Amino acid sequence: MNLLWAWLSNPENWQGSSGIPVRVAEHLAYSAATLVLAALVGIPLGLWIGHTGRGRVAVVNLVNGVRSVPTLGLLFAAVLVVGPLLGGDIAFLLPSIFVLVLLAIPPILAGAYAGVEGIDPGARDAARGMGMSSLEILFRVEVPCALPLIFSGVRSAALQVVATATLAASVSLGGLGRFLIDGQAYRDYGQMAGGALLVAVLAVLVDLVFAGVQRLVVSPGLAPVRSARRVRTRAQLATNPT
Amino acid sequence: MKWFLGHLDQVWQLMLNHAVLALIPLVVGLLLAIPLGWLATRYRVLYSPLIAGTGLLYTIPSLALFILMPLVLGTGILDPVNVVVALTIYTIALLVRTVADGLGSVPDDVVQAATAMGIGRGRRFWSVELPLAVPVIAAGLRVAAVSNVSIVSVAALLGIPQLGSLFTDGFARNFLDPIAVGILACMVLALAMDLAILWISRAATPWLRTRVAT
Amino acid sequence: MISFTDVTKVYPGGTTAVGGLSLTAPTGKITVLVGPSGCGKTTSLRMINRMIEPTSGTIEIDGRDTSTLNPNELRRGIGYVIQSGGLFPHRTILDNIATVPLLLGWDKAKARTRAHELLERVGLDPILGKRYPNQLSGGQQQRVGVARALAADPPVMLMDEPFSAVDPVVREQLQDEFLRLQGELDKTIVFVTHDIDEAMKLGDQVAVLRVGGILAQLATPAKLLADPHDDFVADFLGRDRGYRGLAFAEAPELPLRDEPVVLLGSTVAQAAEIAAGDQWVLVVDDARAPLGWAEPDRLSGLIDRDHLHRGGTVARVGGSLRAALDAALSAPSRRGVLVDEDGRLVGTVRAQDVLSAIERRPAGAVA
Repeated sequence: MNLLWAWLSNPENWQGSSGIPVRVAEHLAYSAATLVLAALVGIPLGLWIGHTGRGRVAVVNLVNGVRSVPTLGLLFAAVLVVGPLLGGDIAFLLPSIFVLVLLAIPPILAGAYAGVEGIDPGARDAARGMGMSSLEILFRVEVPCALPLIFSGVRSAALQVVATATLAASVSLGGLGRFLIDGQAYRDYGQMAGGALLVAVLAVLVDLVFAGVQRLVVSPGLAPVRSARRVRTRAQLATNPT
Repeated sequence: MKWFLGHLDQVWQLMLNHAVLALIPLVVGLLLAIPLGWLATRYRVLYSPLIAGTGLLYTIPSLALFILMPLVLGTGILDPVNVVVALTIYTIALLVRTVADGLGSVPDDVVQAATAMGIGRGRRFWSVELPLAVPVIAAGLRVAAVSNVSIVSVAALLGIPQLGSLFTDGFARNFLDPIAVGILACMVLALAMDLAILWISRAATPWLRTRVAT
Repeated sequence: MISFTDVTKVYPGGTTAVGGLSLTAPTGKITVLVGPSGCGKTTSLRMINRMIEPTSGTIEIDGRDTSTLNPNELRRGIGYVIQSGGLFPHRTILDNIATVPLLLGWDKAKARTRAHELLERVGLDPILGKRYPNQLSGGQQQRVGVARALAADPPVMLMDEPFSAVDPVVREQLQDEFLRLQGELDKTIVFVTHDIDEAMKLGDQVAVLRVGGILAQLATPAKLLADPHDDFVADFLGRDRGYRGLAFAEAPELPLRDEPVVLLGSTVAQAAEIAAGDQWVLVVDDARAPLGWAEPDRLSGLIDRDHLHRGGTVARVGGSLRAALDAALSAPSRRGVLVDEDGRLVGTVRAQDVLSAIERRPAGAVA
C-alpha cells in the first residue's frame, strides 16, 4: 500500500511524455478511436440484421465464438503476423487497434440486433399501418426503441476496449498499461499497483459516463421491465472483463 | 503442427493448470452467488446495491485486478491465488444478477402453489425455485466459464504458468506456432466447459425436454 | 365506401387466405368481419391499407382503386387500430396520438392541440398525456390506440380485434364508448373480431366468413339472427338466436300501466298503503328515477337504499323488445320498469304483454 501511495504521490510521475496525464490521454484516444470504428460497423449491421431478421444465428454464434478467443493470444498473433508488413511504430499500433475493434464489434452488433429484434411487433405494425416509410420506421421507431440495448452493447464494448487497451502495452503500445508492464519489468510494484488503480478508476469512470449519457438519451418510456426474456438476452450479451 | 507434437506434454500440463485456475473460481463463485442472489430477490431493497456493487467490480480490467489483489490479500504478485480470487469476484459479479433474475423469473403462481401446499420457505427454495431457475443460471454460468478461460491467459503477463504462457513465450521469441496452439487450446477448453455446463443443466431439467412433439 | 371485388389472397406455399371476396362497406357505417381463426378476416382487413397485397381482384375506396395509390399516403389517410395497441413505448401518449398529423406535416402546436382534444374525446384524463404507454392500463392503452387512429380525422378506420386483449368489463365499456364516438363521427369502419357477440353489438352489417376467406353471409345482425343463410352461419351465431334477435326488434307501443311509487325515505307504513295489498312497491327518487323494489311487509321504519331489491333491469320506452322482456322477467314484481330518455319512470309492462307484442310480429320479421 505504501509503495502504491509513494508512486501515486510522486510529482515526477505526473509530468512529461510518459507521465500519468499523457498515458490517460493515450488510453482514452485508443479506446475512443476503437469504439467509434466498432460502432460504425456494428450498429448499422446490427440494425440491418434486426430489421430484416437475416443472419440471427450468425450473430449469436459470433458473440459466443469471439468470447472464447483469448484476447491476449489474438493480440500477440496479430502483431506477429501483421506487424512485419508495416514497420515502424505503426507495426504495433495498427494490429492492436484492429484486434480491439474486432473484439468490440460483437457486443455492439449483438446489442443493436437484440434491440431491434425485441421491439413489440405491434408497434412496428402500427407504424407501417400509419403510413411510415421503411426509413421512418427505422429512425422514428426502431432505433429509439432499441437504444437501451444499443447502449448496453456499446457500454460492454467500451469496458472491453479499456481493458484490452491495457494489455496492448505488452506489445509496446502506450496508455496506462505501460505502468503495469513496465512496473513488472523493473520489479516496481508501486508503479504496477498505481497503474492498476488508475486503470480501474478509468474503467469505472468510463462506465459511469456511459450510464449518464444513456439516461439522458433514452426515453423514460423504455424503463426496464424485468422479465425472463430480457434476462436471457442480457446473459447472452455479457462480455468478458478481459 | 510440428512444434505442437514436440511439446505435447508441456501444452497438456499448461492446459491442466489453466483448467484448474478457471474452474475453481467458477465453482466457488456459483456457491457464493446463490445465497447473494437469493438475498437480492428476497429483500428487494438489497437488489440494487448488490447488483451495482458487483457490477462495479466487474468493470475493473482483469490485469489491474490481478495486480491489486496482493494489496487486499497480502499475497505475493506471482501467487496464483490472486488469479483465483479475482476470477471468483468476476464470477460472482456475473452470477449474482443471473441468479437473482433467474429466481425472479420463476412464475409467481408456482411459488404460491408451493406455499399453498404447505412447503416451507427453505424447502421451497431448494425444491421449487432453484430448480426452475436452473436454465437462466446455467446461461450465466456458461458465459462466466468461457470468459474465465479467456481471462486466465492474461495472468501470463505476470508470469503465472498456464496456456497464456504460450502467448508470452511465442511473442518473446517471435514465433507464431505456440501462440496459435495456445489460442486453439484455450478455445477447446472453453468449448469443453461450455458443453459440460450445458449437459449438466439439461440433465438437471428433464421437464424441459419432455415437450410434446409437434 | 370500401368495395372488394373478387379479391383473393394466396400465400406463397399455396394457402388461400381469402378466396374471391366481394363485399361493400358503406360510408359512415360499421362493417364487422367475423369468423373462426383462419377465415382470412385479418388478411382482408390488412389488404385495404395494403399492409398485405391482394393476389388478384380490386379494392376501391370511394371509387379509387387502392393499388394505384402510394401505399404510405394511402395509409396516412386511414385510421388503423390493432389488438395489442401497438403504441410506441418511447413516446409520450400525446406524441403517440400526434404521430400521423406530424407525418402529414401539420405544425407541432396544431398537432398537440388536436392530440389533447382526442385524449378527452376517448375519455382519458388529460394528465395521462405526459405519461408513457407502460404507465397505462390495457384499457387505457387501447383508448390511446383509437385516439391515435383518429388523429388526422381519416374518413376510414380499420380495426383489428381492438378490444379483445382487455378483460370483459373493460371491453364492454370500450365498446359502448366506441359506439358513442361513432355516433358523433360517422366514420366508415371495417372491424375485425372473432367474438360474435361483439360483432352483433357493434356492426351495422356483419360479414360472416368461413375458413379460406369465403363470405358465408353479409347482413344486418337482426337479419343474421332471424335468417341464417346456412348451418355454418347458424352454428357460428350460437344459441338463443330467437331471444337475441329481439335485441334488434324495436318494441311497438306496449300497453303500459301506471305504477304506484313511493319516494325514497318514506315510512314503511306509507309504502304499505300505496302498495295497496301488493307484495312489492317501486321506489323512486325525487326526479322519479326508479331505484328498486321494496317489500313493505318485511320492513320497518324508513325506506332507505339498503332495503331495495335491485334485481330488476330497466328498459327504455322505444327500446328493443329484448330489453322490455328482460325488464319484466327480472323484476321481483314481474312488472318491467320502462323509463324515458332522461331515466324517469314512464310505467311498467308485464311479460305477457311483451310476448303478445312479439307474437303479433310476422314470423322472421327483421327490424
